Amino acid sequence: MPTLTIYDAVGAALTEEMRRDHSVIAFGEGIATKRHELVDEFGALRIRNTPLAEGIIAGTAVGAAAMGLRPVVDLLFAPFLCYAMDELVNSAGKLRYLSGGQFTFPLVTLAMTGAGWGVGAQHNHNVEAWFVHSPGLKVVMPSTPADTKALLKTAIRDDNPVLFFLDIGLLYQPGEVPAGEHLLALGQAAIVREGRDVTLVSYGKTVHHCQQAAEQLAGQGIAAEVIDLRSLKPLDEATILGSVKKTGRLVVVHEANRLCGVGAEIAALVAEQAFADLKAPIVRLGGPDAPAAASYPLEQASVPSAEAIADAARRLCST
Amino acid sequence: MTPKPPAKNPQQLLEQMLLIRAYEEAIVNGSAAGRMPGTCTSVGQEAAAVGVVNALAPEDLILTNHRSAGHLLARGADPGRLLAEVMGRRDGYCKGKSGSLHISAKELGVVLTSTIVGAELSMAPGVALAQSMLGRPGIVVCFFGDGAACEGSFHESLNLAALWNLPILYVCENNHWQAFVHRREAMSREHVADWAASYGIPARTVDGNDVFAVLEAAQAAAAQVRESQRPYLLETLTYRTRGHLEPDDQGYVDKAELAAWLARDPIATGRDRLIADGQLSPAQAATMADKVASHIAVAQAFAEASPFPAADELTRDVYA
Ligand SMILES: Cc1ncc(C[n+]2csc(CCOP(=O)(O)OP(=O)(O)O)c2C)c(N)n1
Repeated sequence: MPTLTIYDAVGAALTEEMRRDHSVIAFGEGIATKRHELVDEFGALRIRNTPLAEGIIAGTAVGAAAMGLRPVVDLLFAPFLCYAMDELVNSAGKLRYLSGGQFTFPLVTLAMTGAGWGVGAQHNHNVEAWFVHSPGLKVVMPSTPADTKALLKTAIRDDNPVLFFLDIGLLYQPGEVPAGEHLLALGQAAIVREGRDVTLVSYGKTVHHCQQAAEQLAGQGIAAEVIDLRSLKPLDEATILGSVKKTGRLVVVHEANRLCGVGAEIAALVAEQAFADLKAPIVRLGGPDAPAAASYPLEQASVPSAEAIADAARRLCST
Repeated sequence: MTPKPPAKNPQQLLEQMLLIRAYEEAIVNGSAAGRMPGTCTSVGQEAAAVGVVNALAPEDLILTNHRSAGHLLARGADPGRLLAEVMGRRDGYCKGKSGSLHISAKELGVVLTSTIVGAELSMAPGVALAQSMLGRPGIVVCFFGDGAACEGSFHESLNLAALWNLPILYVCENNHWQAFVHRREAMSREHVADWAASYGIPARTVDGNDVFAVLEAAQAAAAQVRESQRPYLLETLTYRTRGHLEPDDQGYVDKAELAAWLARDPIATGRDRLIADGQLSPAQAATMADKVASHIAVAQAFAEASPFPAADELTRDVYA
């Protein structure tokens, strides 16, 4: 199997989809500069640099999508989505409904998110839950190059606006990617490790922390099941509930701050639908309700670690 | 249903303005009587809408905002389906989900109506990009107010349209009001057209209460956009003679300013000019008014007979 980074997986997905479908175009602040091989293959009309103006980038994508193109826009760092919020939330997410279904908005918004580069809070902010809370949008955040490629290809083919978050900390870590066409449905979680004692649910880089925790726990006789959500909206409720019904214990882990994060929704889902199966209270691990610090140790301290996850799981298993 | 072809004679322009006025008056009366929700009317601005829309070809696309009745009706929208939409009924253009504020009618080329002030400007480059990349002939007309021109999206939109050579006719309906703020309180310049120059975009300001002047300016502007495949900005100077959102007592409006504009009502002046020119007799004008009134009566009956959407529509059309 070829080995790619997430950054390369994005390029590979774009290349394949642009070859397959002439209506796929991509634009953003430097995408034509950084991915010049795409310009070489597809020309300067289909891969464009834009002004540094996230609102008009997103709005242009909305208008283009409504009229038959399939734009992918690169908005760089997730906090910059604030400038594009109106176009994504009020236009892309709502105008299909408000028009009584007359329009579809097949567009993908790429944004980098999370700790890893020490860039501070105006470049590092996990805002995915904002978009999960907005009707009409879909939200994806993969943890491996293979999933990134497969999910991005599916997102480009989806007729709805998709927010596609790339975890900065994982961006240049290599991983195996199946050769040839490989697609993954949005809304399908992966059980990346099977176990019977406790369920660890996560997405993005903390999936890897959960896997390390599961490794530690295995040495202590605790079999943790690890679920990578991959897509946050639609959310694979069945896989979460099925696992918790089997293990009776749940730790939800994400890097975004805990307050009103995606973990809160998952905890509520399990409390509502699998309460009788729980052998212990649900635990949520997330970042603090504070902007991200630039200082590397502070930044790292805000992300739930494998040790903290293993600790939480051990406590649950001892009750 | 397809977009209405441009008017063949000046009488048709007058009739369209009368239809818009009668349609909006039906809503004003209905809302005063508690039978309809309040709307943002375009009373006093009919010439700006009719003049521009009649300069368009059927394949051209329109983006508009909350004050859209004139654009839609001039484009050939059925007033019955429009009223049904305003009243939240099933037979409205958007199945009753838009209400009065965001009515779009894809079949008429009226796309992406947004009531977020300025969002129509943010989407216009994308619509025009699709037209040019997919090799479609139509140009894109984006209607917006002087209030929207003070949003960042206006400036970002013009900059990108100029950079990317997008065939957009920007039409600023400068009606002097930005909800409850007079434009002189909010704009650093007297005219929105002045701002176009900084983006290298040709622009013109026209008397928005003279339907014939607007038509002529819009025809020239649309021809230039079609020919150059570049943006153009047309500013129609007009006045919002009713309030922002019905009901509105307009207690904040300068009475002399309002009176001066009421004296230049686009419908009355248009009709008087046709009569003075011998193109319309007073009797024909009266017949035209009767025809429009009965058209609206039929439309109103249709809208009132249309059922409300079933509750299961609540979650339909969220996703494709
Ligand atoms: C982003 C945003 N801010 C405020 C409003 C409230 N609002 C609705 S219409 C309007 C006035 C818009 O003025 P203008 O663009 O000149 O259009 P006009 O109503 O005069 O036709 C305002 C402030 C809104 N809908 N959207």
